[in-house]
Amino acid sequence: MEIDPFIFRLSIFILSIFIGYYVVWSVTPSLHTPLMSVTNAISSVIIVGAIIAGLAGNSDNIFNTSSIFGFLAISLAAINIFGGFLVTQRMLAMYKKKKKDK
Amino acid sequence: MISANLSAIFYLISGVLFILALRGLSSPETSRQGNFFGILGMVIAITVTFLSIGNFSSGFVYVLIFLLIGGLIGAFIAYKIPMTAMPELVAGFHSLVGLAAVFVAISAFLNPEAFNLGSPGNIKLGSLIEMSIGGVVGAITFSGSIIAFLKLQGIMSGSPITFKGQHPINALILISIVVVTYLLCLTQSPNLFWILLAISFLIGFLLIIPIGGADMPVVISMLNSYSGWAAAGIGFTLENTALIITGALVGSSGAILSYIMCKGMNRSFFSVILGGFGAVEQSSSSGSKEQKPVKSGNAEDAAFLMKNASSVIIVPGYGMAVAQAQHALREMVDTLKKNDIKVTYAIHPVAGRMPGHMNVLLAEANVPYDEVFELEEINNDFANTDVAFVIGANDVTNPAAKTDPQSPIYGMPVLDVEKCKSVLFVKRSLSPGYAGIDNDLFYKENTLMLFADAKKMTEDITKNL
Repeated sequence: MEIDPFIFRLSIFILSIFIGYYVVWSVTPSLHTPLMSVTNAISSVIIVGAIIAGLAGNSDNIFNTSSIFGFLAISLAAINIFGGFLVTQRMLAMYKKKKKDK
Repeated sequence: MISANLSAIFYLISGVLFILALRGLSSPETSRQGNFFGILGMVIAITVTFLSIGNFSSGFVYVLIFLLIGGLIGAFIAYKIPMTAMPELVAGFHSLVGLAAVFVAISAFLNPEAFNLGSPGNIKLGSLIEMSIGGVVGAITFSGSIIAFLKLQGIMSGSPITFKGQHPINALILISIVVVTYLLCLTQSPNLFWILLAISFLIGFLLIIPIGGADMPVVISMLNSYSGWAAAGIGFTLENTALIITGALVGSSGAILSYIMCKGMNRSFFSVILGGFGAVEQSSSSGSKEQKPVKSGNAEDAAFLMKNASSVIIVPGYGMAVAQAQHALREMVDTLKKNDIKVTYAIHPVAGRMPGHMNVLLAEANVPYDEVFELEEINNDFANTDVAFVIGANDVTNPAAKTDPQSPIYGMPVLDVEKCKSVLFVKRSLSPGYAGIDNDLFYKENTLMLFADAKKMTEDITKNL
């Protein structure tokens, strides 16, 4: 009997939760705010679903209800992707070590 | 057009890059590289999606247009936002992830063929459940984050909004979400799908309004977690590995942060969710204790005390963020250091309105991160320190958390500032903090209250040093 592909996806999911658990515990508390902004950015990889939805309309009817929701979701996710990564970068650039010459 | 297997491998690669992005945050040195991995993972995921569809028709142009619009808005916000507004920004971003998840779920429901999920009215059962979960959690994330955003922005009062029968109503709505999902799976009726989303929006709203301002660090972390689970739900629908991995990472990340925040307040996650904290006590505690004598001073007194100290610990709190006093504070510390006074910073896990809020503000003011310490690292040092300079913090220093079992914050880990030889408190008034309780520290022998705006007071002290 064949295994349902869902089970494989579930395995990936469960194992990723454990990876997330150990990786996030090792994040230094002083970087918890960048952690939140970067998780924001990466969870916007949901844009792949939005792109599929946006491109699903056929050529004579690009804008049907489904693809319009797709297009809107593309914009929302893009705000997050660009905003999230850039603001994280801006924050991380500020974390500096003590200058030794003082 | 590339094969489904090949694109699955690329999605796996971008999932791994996202893991490395979080891994990089284990230290500030590796963090920038981590962020680069994250961006790379995102570029790979988006490129592969385009290639796997391979439909470069006119629709493609619109995808790019909408991508560009969103990207420009996002970049603009990222460059303009002041660091003090970070909690609002993060709450706002959570709401967008939530709404995007809802929109993708709607698209998938209306046009399941595009996603290989069956046909309208005849969607595969598993996919229907998955997209319902993604949509429901996304909707809760969206409306919950909007409320959190409004509360943090000050558009909506930070005090908890409670009413009679709140919990039974919420419980009822949560049960009805399960029931409607079940009926939706039986009938595949679009109307039920819309109802499901509508009540999910409603419950997200109702869940967050009773939670007060001081609990915002938990709420933001919790919504962070929700946005991850929503993404994972959609990931299962789309059978996309990158999305499943990311959803799980973000989900557990938010959950861990919520746990850390709850521990920092010694409150159970459940009691935070039920809300109402800080609403009741505020009225009862104020009246009786006003008469106690308080020593208050001015900038000169504070400067004198610090000039004669050999070590100072700075304890920043939300008040510093409100007054935007971080730069003035850094200047004061620079002057102190010129006088060979040892200065360090002590940060309580729940100081501010989100995890790590104070660290970012101090980093913005060019405070080196190796002078900034967490509660456990520094708490023993207070006893050997001359002056504690508490700027805009209150509850996190309250000794009642250690001594008074009646206190609502009893058991919460606090910074032992009272062990310092003297304590300086910069505060606008004697009013209680967000927990709504009086701080005994204000009335101690060795405490000097500095009643003023944090920024102005810090500047005045610098002048007097």
